[in-house]
Amino acid sequence: MRYAMAIDTRKCVGCSDCVVACQTENDVPNGFCRDWVKEVVDGTYPNVSIELRSERCNHCANSPCVRCCPTGASHFEEGGIVLVEHNKCIGCGACIESCPYEARYSHPDGYVDKCTFCIHRVRQGNDPACVSVCPTRCMYFGDLEDPNSKLVNVLKNRKFKSLAPEAGTQPQIFYLL
Amino acid sequence: MKEELFASGRNIPNIDPTLNIWHWQIPSYLFLGGLAAGILFFAGVFTIMGKEEQMSATVKKAPLVAPFALILGLFLLFLDLKHKLWFWQLYTTIRLESPMGWGAWVLMIMTPISMVWSASYLTELIPGWDWKFKFLKTFESWVIRNRVLIAWPMVIYAVILGIYTGILLSAFNARPLWNTSILGPLFLVSGMSTGAAVILLVSKNHEERKIIGRIDLLLIVVELFFITHLFMGDKAGSEAQINAVNLFLGGSFTAPFFAFVVILGLLFPAILEIMELRGFKVPIAVPAILILLGGFIFRFLIVEAGQITRYLY
Repeated sequence: MRYAMAIDTRKCVGCSDCVVACQTENDVPNGFCRDWVKEVVDGTYPNVSIELRSERCNHCANSPCVRCCPTGASHFEEGGIVLVEHNKCIGCGACIESCPYEARYSHPDGYVDKCTFCIHRVRQGNDPACVSVCPTRCMYFGDLEDPNSKLVNVLKNRKFKSLAPEAGTQPQIFYLL
Repeated sequence: MKEELFASGRNIPNIDPTLNIWHWQIPSYLFLGGLAAGILFFAGVFTIMGKEEQMSATVKKAPLVAPFALILGLFLLFLDLKHKLWFWQLYTTIRLESPMGWGAWVLMIMTPISMVWSASYLTELIPGWDWKFKFLKTFESWVIRNRVLIAWPMVIYAVILGIYTGILLSAFNARPLWNTSILGPLFLVSGMSTGAAVILLVSKNHEERKIIGRIDLLLIVVELFFITHLFMGDKAGSEAQINAVNLFLGGSFTAPFFAFVVILGLLFPAILEIMELRGFKVPIAVPAILILLGGFIFRFLIVEAGQITRYLY
C-alpha cells in the first residue's frame, strides 16, 4: 500500500476550500494551516501563464524529517503516511528545517504539526477532508499500488510533475499538468 | 518573470515567519560548543604530549571555561525547544541517522568529561581548596594518575563535538547554503580558533602564548581557505546553491559577513598576531576578543542566512 495524491493544476481554481476544510476537520489553530494554495504566474502580460497548486506535506518516501528527528516522533504509518507523535516531539525544529516544502509548523501547544492525509478519515475508508470538499473535484487520493484506483488511472493518462524531486525526497503528491 | 503568490490565507513571502524556527539560541549554542571543543582539544593534546607545565594555561586554566560553556549551551538548546517538558526523550532514544540525536549524546559524554578534567586541577590552582569527602579525594587522585588516559577520549570527542556543530546544519538537504560537507570541518576549525582565543586571554606565559598564537594563525588561514572553498563549491552548484551563496556575495549578508567575520574576525586578528610574533607590543586581548566576536557572528549569519535559502520549484 502506498497512499498518494494527484492534484489537477488545470482544474484548480484556487478557491482555498481545501485549506478551510483542513482547518475545520483537524482543528488547526488560528493563523496556521496544514495546506495552502500557491499561485505561480510566469511571464509578462500579455504572454502570461498561471499555475494553481494546492500544496501540503508530500508524505515523501525518503523523508528528511523522519530521518533527522532525534526522538523518533516523526515516523511512517501504514501506506507511507508521515505522522508526528505529539507526545514524543520535543519541538526542536530539526524537521521544520529539513523539509524542502515548508510543510511543517510549530503548533502553539509546542509540538510540530502538519498534514496527516487525514489518516483518521482514511482508516474509515473516506477521502481526506481537502479531497472530499474540492468543488472542482481536482484532487485524487488513493493507493498507488492498486491498479484499478482512480489515482493510478489519472496518472497513467496525464502528464504530471512532483515538487523538487531533485531534493531526493521522493514526494508522493503529483501535480497534473 | 516568475512570481509566486499565496492564494490561500497563508501570509508568507515564500517562507512563513513561523517556519524560520531557529533563532539566537542555536548559533549561540554552536559557538559555545565549538569553543569548548577547541579548549578541550588543546588541553588533551598538550597533556598527551607531556607539556602540562610549559602549557599550564592551556591544560589547567582554560578548561575551567569548558564545562560552563557546555552547560550554558545545553541550557540554550533547552530554551530553543518548543515542547520543553518532553526534552528527556532525547535520552531515551538512540537514532544514529539524526545528527541532533547523536549530538545530544556527544554532549552528554563531553560535559561530564570537561567537569572531571577541570575539577581535577582545582586543588592545584586554588590554594586551600578542599574536596571535604574522602571518595572525592580518592577519585581526584585517580584522575590525576590517569590524565593521559582521559585525554585521549577527550581529544577524540572534542573533534566530534566541533565537527558536529557544523554537521547539525549540513545534514539539512532542504537548506542549500548548509548542505555542503565543508561546513563540518569549517565549524571545527573555527571552534578551535575560538578555543585558542580563550587560551590567549587566560595565559600569562609569553612562550605559551607564542605557541598558541602560531597555531591560531594557522587555523585562521585554514578557515579562510575553507570559507573560500564553501563559496566556490556553492558557486559551481545548482541554482538553489548559487542563490544561497549570493546572499554573501552581493546579497543582504555581504556587508556584515565581510566586515565582521572576514575582516574584523579573521584578517585583522591575524595581522595583529603576526605583529605580536614579530616582536611588536600588541595587547593580546585585542585579537583574542575579535576572534571570539567573529566566531559568534559567523555562526549567527550562517544560521540566519541558511534558513532563507530553499529549493526552487
